[in-house]
Amino acid sequence: MLSYALRRILIVLITLLAASVIVFAVLEIVPGDPARLMLGMNATEDAIAALRQQMGLDQPLIPRYFTWIGGLLTGDFGRSYTYSVPVIDLVRDRLVVSLPLALMALFLSTAIALPVGIFSAARRGTAADTGVMAATQLGIAIPNFWFALLLVYVFAVALRWVPAGGFPGWDAGLWTALSALLLPAIALALPQAAILARVTRSALLDVMSEDYIRTARAKGLPANAVLWRHALRNALIPVLTILGLQFSFLLAGTIIIENVFYLPGLGRLVFQAITQRDLIVVESVVVLLVATVVIVNFLVDLAYAWADPRLRRR
Amino acid sequence: MKAKTTTLLAGAALALALTTSAFAARTDLTLAIQLEPPHLDPTAGAAGAIDDIVYQNIFQGLTRIGPDGAVLPSLAESWTVSDDGLTYTFTLQDGVTFHDGTALDAGDVVFTLDRARADDSTNAQKALFSAIDTVEAVDDLTVKVTLSQPQGSFLYNLGWGDAVIVAPESAETNKEKPVGTGPFKFETWAQGSSATLVKNPDYWGEAVALDKVTYRFISDPAAATAALLAGDIQAFPSFPAPEAVVQFEGDPRFAVVIGSTEGETVLSTNNGKEPFDKLEVRQAIAHALDRQAIIDGAMFGFGTPIGTHFAPHNPAYVELVETYRYNPEKSKELLAAAGYPDGFKATLKLPPPAYARRGGEIIAAQLRDVGIDLEIIPVEWAQWLDQVFKGKDYDLSIVSHTEPNDIGIYARDDYYFDYHSDEFNAVMAELDATSDEDARYALLRKAQEIIASDAVNGFLFELPKIGIWDAKLEGLWHNAPLQANDLSAVHWTE
Repeated sequence: MLSYALRRILIVLITLLAASVIVFAVLEIVPGDPARLMLGMNATEDAIAALRQQMGLDQPLIPRYFTWIGGLLTGDFGRSYTYSVPVIDLVRDRLVVSLPLALMALFLSTAIALPVGIFSAARRGTAADTGVMAATQLGIAIPNFWFALLLVYVFAVALRWVPAGGFPGWDAGLWTALSALLLPAIALALPQAAILARVTRSALLDVMSEDYIRTARAKGLPANAVLWRHALRNALIPVLTILGLQFSFLLAGTIIIENVFYLPGLGRLVFQAITQRDLIVVESVVVLLVATVVIVNFLVDLAYAWADPRLRRR
Repeated sequence: MKAKTTTLLAGAALALALTTSAFAARTDLTLAIQLEPPHLDPTAGAAGAIDDIVYQNIFQGLTRIGPDGAVLPSLAESWTVSDDGLTYTFTLQDGVTFHDGTALDAGDVVFTLDRARADDSTNAQKALFSAIDTVEAVDDLTVKVTLSQPQGSFLYNLGWGDAVIVAPESAETNKEKPVGTGPFKFETWAQGSSATLVKNPDYWGEAVALDKVTYRFISDPAAATAALLAGDIQAFPSFPAPEAVVQFEGDPRFAVVIGSTEGETVLSTNNGKEPFDKLEVRQAIAHALDRQAIIDGAMFGFGTPIGTHFAPHNPAYVELVETYRYNPEKSKELLAAAGYPDGFKATLKLPPPAYARRGGEIIAAQLRDVGIDLEIIPVEWAQWLDQVFKGKDYDLSIVSHTEPNDIGIYARDDYYFDYHSDEFNAVMAELDATSDEDARYALLRKAQEIIASDAVNGFLFELPKIGIWDAKLEGLWHNAPLQANDLSAVHWTE
């Protein structure tokens, strides 16, 4: 188990280094000068040059990379070109929205998907199974921004139970803050739940056709006991994989939902930083996100090893 | 008897006080703007969203631009101009303090104007100050500005957001914590979410009705509609979804006000590049454009057709829409005469705003009808500025030029239109040296006619300002003579 973990850690470090080089290089190649963008169409060339110098953009590329990466290693993420506040403050402010939102969505999606998937697998081929699978198909097919708008029109515009969007901050009170995240969490969770339910069902069905399940049944274990004790644990591997991917997606890939609910989340920070060519923000946040994804995957790998002892010896 | 009267009076006063407080109008406002500003210092950035929040609310200039576009006194209570038009002497308002408590004096004005035109200035409109030769403080409340050449638009220029007066103590931190002289003080900015201003109790001018103003940043058109309908926001002064306006027009809870802006939306044309360097080709394009179809399709009918680069609400505007009226047959003849009987291929680079992306599709279809085959290339603003604006690497583009009174860009030598006309430049030079209003109007009309007949760009429409707000709210600007939300007159009627 230990050497397995060490090997995974090494891979994590190499991935992070490669990601930092790629992110930096790509953003430097992308056309668009942050200073020119900030000063607009009427700016004089000397004003643009003065701003470039202020931003440190007049330095050559490679020293800039090392200054940046050196800062990252010592926990200094740099200062936003546009907001002129430390990037880490921006990220922290966004994480207090994005992280709870991602966790809420993940919780909702798991809470819906696992029971539904297990229920469907246990009743394979019945009308109930067919009905549930048709519903999940619909859940996957509906674009989440459209579903989000539907939620807004019903619960915010017509019923006025929750606000149509925005985030009041945690200072406004736990319920006020949570209610602002409720609709976005549902909008994010539903399609994810649909996918997860289908994966759970098919993974369980795969496992249920294995020899050892037949053996368990043959030695007289009741169907339910076989399902819970033998099948479910082994079926969890694909489910964990999908969950890991979904969490990474929920953390930063929620830009569309964040736009629909005008939430100050990480996805919108990155998107806005890209359009404003706030390179330092994009670079630092993307590397942070890569780190998160890689670490989540690392944890998922460890969870595989827990779920499947054979992996530990590999 | 006397005591009784007093009691009665006191009772009446109390009753009155109670009634007023019971019916006191609300004093808070949440309004939305589409884009979040990158920072809050109007003297160091071009983003209109900065002025949307701070102009006249937090920061003020020597002069200000009123709701109808007129130049009005602001921090300068009055001024005199020497006969040669070179010396401006401003008298400052007495008793003005910045939000940090420091007093405004002539030294702050000298500091501001010197900073804006310094070598290391990062003012986005540095050219506004290019005519200034010296700025001196005569005494605490008097400033003398000497120009190197007369500039008819000088007082107007000082009314821009980029020319607001800042204090040396706070200039460096205005980006995060703006400190001005206006009726509202900056309170908080939750990046990505909202910015909050509160009433300045020490304001030198007339007190404002609102105690607290929150700006929210909502870019998605569907979210903007929902936020208004749900009552999360009470005003969207520049509503981003023309397609949704009809929904509000029939709703008595909302006021829908269609006003004008300074945004001339044009089919920018690279006049320096073949085949657009031929007048016939540009005329052919002009004849191929059906402006009303473009306005209907791209703007859902909102927008005023223009025939030149000038705002229709301006007193000096000339109606030139008929210079090249929509006539595809004529267009084809002109193309043939120019040597392109079968048309040609070109590119159309489109920046992100909906007017450009939607308008681009329609224009491509209209030009295809006369044989010009356009390849549409969507670009981001940063790319647009780099490739189209700076690099002149484009054939056609669509953009709204939102700076007020910006016809002078056609005289700029290396501007991205790559248009050069000695006749036009002469008119502009004369305009610069003229301060008599009638003479200036005559020159401006001449200038409009020259670029219209040269068909420098495809002149499309003036961008509308679609304002939607709570019907009980009054005092928001109906038009946008410059991008701003001056809230000093805004109040609730009940």
